[in-house]
Amino acid sequence: MAGCAPKQAPAAAVAPGKKIKIAVDPVTRIEGHLKIEVEVKDGKVVDAHCFGGMFRGFENILIGRDPRDASQLTQRICGVCPTAHATASVRALDEAFKVKLTTNGRIARNLILGANYLQSHILHFYHLAALDYVKGPDTAPFVPRYKNPDLRLDPKVNQIGVDQYLKALEIRRICHEMVALLGGKMPHVQGMVVGGVTEIPTSDKIVAYLWRFKKVKEFIENDYLPLIYKLASVYAELLETGIGWKNVLCYGVFPLNDEESEFLLKPGVYTDGQDYPLDTSQIKEYVRYSWFDDADTALHPSQGKTNPRPGKKGAYSFIKAPRYNGKPHEVGPLARMWITNPELSPIAQKAGFKRMRDFGDKAFSILGRHVARAEEAYLVAKAIEKWLMEIKPGAETYVKSSVPKQGEGLGLTEAPRGSLLHYININDAVIKNYQVVAATIWNASPRDDMGQRGAIEQALIGVPVPDPKNPVNVGRLIRAFDP
Amino acid sequence: MTLKRRDFVKLCTSTVAGLGISQLFNPVLVRAMEQAVQRTPVLWIQGQGCTGCSVSLLNTVHPSIKEVLLKIISLEYHPTVMAAEGELALEHMYEVANKYKGKFFLVVEGAIPKAANGKYCIVGELEGKEITMLELSKELGQKAAATLAIGACACFNAGIPGAEGNVTQATSVKGIFDENKITTPVVNIPGCPPHPDWMVGTIAHVLLYGLPELDENLRPKLFFGLNIHDNCPYRSYYEDENLSPVFTQKQGCRYDLGCKGPMTNADCWKRHWNNGVNWCIENAICIGCVEPGFPDDMSPFYESM
Repeated sequence: MAGCAPKQAPAAAVAPGKKIKIAVDPVTRIEGHLKIEVEVKDGKVVDAHCFGGMFRGFENILIGRDPRDASQLTQRICGVCPTAHATASVRALDEAFKVKLTTNGRIARNLILGANYLQSHILHFYHLAALDYVKGPDTAPFVPRYKNPDLRLDPKVNQIGVDQYLKALEIRRICHEMVALLGGKMPHVQGMVVGGVTEIPTSDKIVAYLWRFKKVKEFIENDYLPLIYKLASVYAELLETGIGWKNVLCYGVFPLNDEESEFLLKPGVYTDGQDYPLDTSQIKEYVRYSWFDDADTALHPSQGKTNPRPGKKGAYSFIKAPRYNGKPHEVGPLARMWITNPELSPIAQKAGFKRMRDFGDKAFSILGRHVARAEEAYLVAKAIEKWLMEIKPGAETYVKSSVPKQGEGLGLTEAPRGSLLHYININDAVIKNYQVVAATIWNASPRDDMGQRGAIEQALIGVPVPDPKNPVNVGRLIRAFDP
Repeated sequence: MTLKRRDFVKLCTSTVAGLGISQLFNPVLVRAMEQAVQRTPVLWIQGQGCTGCSVSLLNTVHPSIKEVLLKIISLEYHPTVMAAEGELALEHMYEVANKYKGKFFLVVEGAIPKAANGKYCIVGELEGKEITMLELSKELGQKAAATLAIGACACFNAGIPGAEGNVTQATSVKGIFDENKITTPVVNIPGCPPHPDWMVGTIAHVLLYGLPELDENLRPKLFFGLNIHDNCPYRSYYEDENLSPVFTQKQGCRYDLGCKGPMTNADCWKRHWNNGVNWCIENAICIGCVEPGFPDDMSPFYESM
């Protein structure tokens, strides 16, 4: 029960120098099906494998369909971030249909995607990740929990965490109402189409959005951010573990002008300690360790193929292994905040962290990723405030276009959980090829043809597992990526 | 373990509901509440899906999701929300399924792939052996009091995972049950995703009055009994042959834009979505997501029928 001092069960004894394997399957409190297997030696992870256990075949189901169906169908890849898939899809279609958005259309899309960013980050922290740090009530679905759950908050702070968990249920619902005001409904929006947005915002809808937004912003400032920094002080060593490859990638999201020369979160790549401009021709997907045909490896998404081979020898996942310039990269809030390096919230400023990179290596940690996510929620909220001033009631949000006989489009955006690419090739006015490289494909990928671990696999190396029967930090690390 | 109606009313109006959140978690109160009204155990499993149905359930307003979780059902297994993970979670699920055999409710979200021995959807591992969605849905299906098939993927032709071009032989709950002679009653609550009221309303109906009256597609008539086009507020535009030529032209029927309201039976036209702020046809078009033919018979979405 919330309120009791945490009792530590004695750790199971493992002989020094001895390697043991621990499998967690299912990894719960994520979106989808994931299994993790780690090897632990002397209380630390020394190797890790990340298994994606589900395949639906969206890319094959799309072939031969009307290209406009793609934005409706691909949203259904993820019920937590459908707006991001809709955005990537309509951006690919915009390019293929050669249509340019109106200013109001661009801003309306930002308001739809932005509201769901807030929803997704709040849902992720409170309803997926928080139970790794906050002890829930002693009733299902909060029990059973690990016998030795390493929950360290004092009763008062823990109670604040539980109260915020419940309040966040309401706040995230309000975020969805914001999405639905402009997008029709949520999950799965009707409002995102090639050429813009289907509904011109009226003053009453803008105001309805605004009043809801005020509540959400207050929650981010007064509840979410302070609790994250509180956790970072109580679980301080979780700012020191989970570094991973320290390579990150961002396609850019929330265009700030119609030319798309400025984004709220900028495109860029950070590899081996150096910043580079984004060059999408450097993206290739490898399948040697994935349950796909070996012939289809090392392909750019524009050449991408999806031929599943369940049970393929040596492979262990339905997730492909995308690499940038042949190297694994992490995507998500930390990647975006690292590349853009924006000014942080007043709470962070007060503690001496003016910008994201002021955290240094601490940013590349279990809790560093939560800090980046919460700070990004704050940044997006500030931007939404501006967009609400910019959007014009009654001004056109949609530009009509028709399905081209031939065409090609690359739709880049950022889902709350990371870089998202959709590619469409149209022939005879139907879809000839459609490829999706989703955020979690980057983060939860298996090894590539060169044998390099995926982002989560690498970040698990060195993570402390003092008690193999209660591998709490393994789940914490995985959830920090919001897979 | 059907809740008595009197208990339910008591539950909804009890003083516990008036207390603050912090007090709600007082162990004595929780125990007292559980003794007064035993929450019904629910096991919620996920196959080939997107978790959108679960996310939609979170959007329930009256009752709030907090009330659903803490007062109405006992959500003993749900991969997206439960605290436990790995073997701890699976062992608990089997324990509840055996202890409450014939009494718990099974909710299935997502399709069940049959190809490759079910290996297109692996849901967990126990003692080194992987468990497929195919095995799990059969095993729990036999033991459940009733099964709610939630969302397009779990109903009819298995929604998008079951659409033309799929290689996984994605199958609905009813399909799997029929092939394996599992006689546990199935209620389909389709939609991509379903409205939270359809899910909560069906659960409440089952607890208070037993299984609701179903149409020939096993959908509760209460929610899926009327045609959208026949009841659409834009119907008079259709009668006047005033059809919107573009999405943002709202003074017209959306027929020419591809609206599938005429082929679709659901109460979206009066219920509206997300606390009533909007709905598909007000915003754009209906794509017929509650119908057995979704998505193939509704595609192309943006062409009129």
